[in-house]
Amino acid sequence: MTGHAPDGYQDPALVRRLAEELAAQRPPRRLTFMHVCGTHENAIGRHALRDLLPDWLRVVAGPGCPVCVCPPADIDVAVRCALGGGAVLATFGDVVRVPSRLSIEQARAAGADVRVVYSPADAVRLARETPGREVVFFALGFETTACTVAAALRAGPPQNFSVVVAHRLIPPAMAHVLALPDVPLDGYVLPGHVMTVMGTREYEGFAARHGVPLSVAGFEPVDILLSLTRLVGLATRGEAALDNAYPRAVRREGNPAARAAIDAVFEPVDARWRGIGLIPASGLALRPAFRHLDAAARFGIAPDPTLRDIEPGCQCHRVMLGMIDPPECGLFGRTCTPERPVGPCMVSAEGTCRAWQRYAAGAPPAHRSGGQP
Amino acid sequence: MCLAIPMKLVEVAGADGVAEVGGVRRAVRLDLVPGAALADHVLVHAGYAIQVVDEEEARATLADLALLLGGPVGPADVDETMSGP
Repeated sequence: MTGHAPDGYQDPALVRRLAEELAAQRPPRRLTFMHVCGTHENAIGRHALRDLLPDWLRVVAGPGCPVCVCPPADIDVAVRCALGGGAVLATFGDVVRVPSRLSIEQARAAGADVRVVYSPADAVRLARETPGREVVFFALGFETTACTVAAALRAGPPQNFSVVVAHRLIPPAMAHVLALPDVPLDGYVLPGHVMTVMGTREYEGFAARHGVPLSVAGFEPVDILLSLTRLVGLATRGEAALDNAYPRAVRREGNPAARAAIDAVFEPVDARWRGIGLIPASGLALRPAFRHLDAAARFGIAPDPTLRDIEPGCQCHRVMLGMIDPPECGLFGRTCTPERPVGPCMVSAEGTCRAWQRYAAGAPPAHRSGGQP
Repeated sequence: MCLAIPMKLVEVAGADGVAEVGGVRRAVRLDLVPGAALADHVLVHAGYAIQVVDEEEARATLADLALLLGGPVGPADVDETMSGP
């Protein structure tokens, strides 16, 4: 269909012109913007967008990988439901190899019945199809995923279904990073698909309260460059405002049905982020009407807070907060690879280290070919 | 996990649907997009449509960029943007 993304939003000529427009800006100082989405980091890597940025502009990856920030204690609860509790563990594939006391993959090798699912609806269907077995769904992800889990829980899963809830929320993490003295930021690129669910209304207040510009970005190269251009303009004018550079998918009200689903099923709670620590009101827990679906309670499993977040030598905690880039970790590409990962950032498809490793070498993207230097 | 794919709704049956992109068809749940209709473009995440994509906005943004930066926005879009509202 003509005019339909992504075609026009990947056009190499448009990408080049946007990059030129961006580079022609004259902000009063060097600028650093953070994004909080592993999909943004992958898009930046895939399209080599950092190569197009002027040297006064830095874009850093923040804690935008929900699998990376999931505490090993939460993974351990899910594993123990399967190993000790005998449940079938339904899980997103991306978390299967993340280190914990036992990773889910190691638990499978030890006899746990693990099924990788693409959707919470698949986990519910699995429970319906295996009425004699308990099925536990490991529900992690940010707001984008939380609304799908909420929808599945509201649809009335069968009695043999329960859920380990490990969702995290983006705005508290953004506030946490802004309070870190060693991570100075001039603004945020907002994650387009969290925003399509949640809407921009509450983020307007965030920009004003924290005094930073925000711009919602989609995931095509044109989307990201447009958002950066808007952020540079806001930062140059000293405007702590919210801009929506992804209007085809993001509205002020977001998706009201999705927000209502989250509100009906979950409530915000203080939560730990792997490698970061406790961030107030940054996680979701089941509301009383849905607590009968809580797997930890059903199986009598309490999270073990002594499990180590970060292995010796691993720098995921600094990568995830934008303090260093992956190559600055001594393990990157040496003793830590996707085949043999040390930390979560190299395991998850949304992990910053994995993205850097994937795009470190490869064919030059389209916008570079055939153009004049 | 922010990954959401733009797909076209080709079947709608209550809260169940089928979406298609690039010749690949996939079952999607429509619980979260109660107003979605056949032929709408939706963002699909974890088996659920999480938003309807506004195609007019998609075209408008590209058209605005064309005006701002000069020149056509892409081979397939030239005629679309040249035709008036």
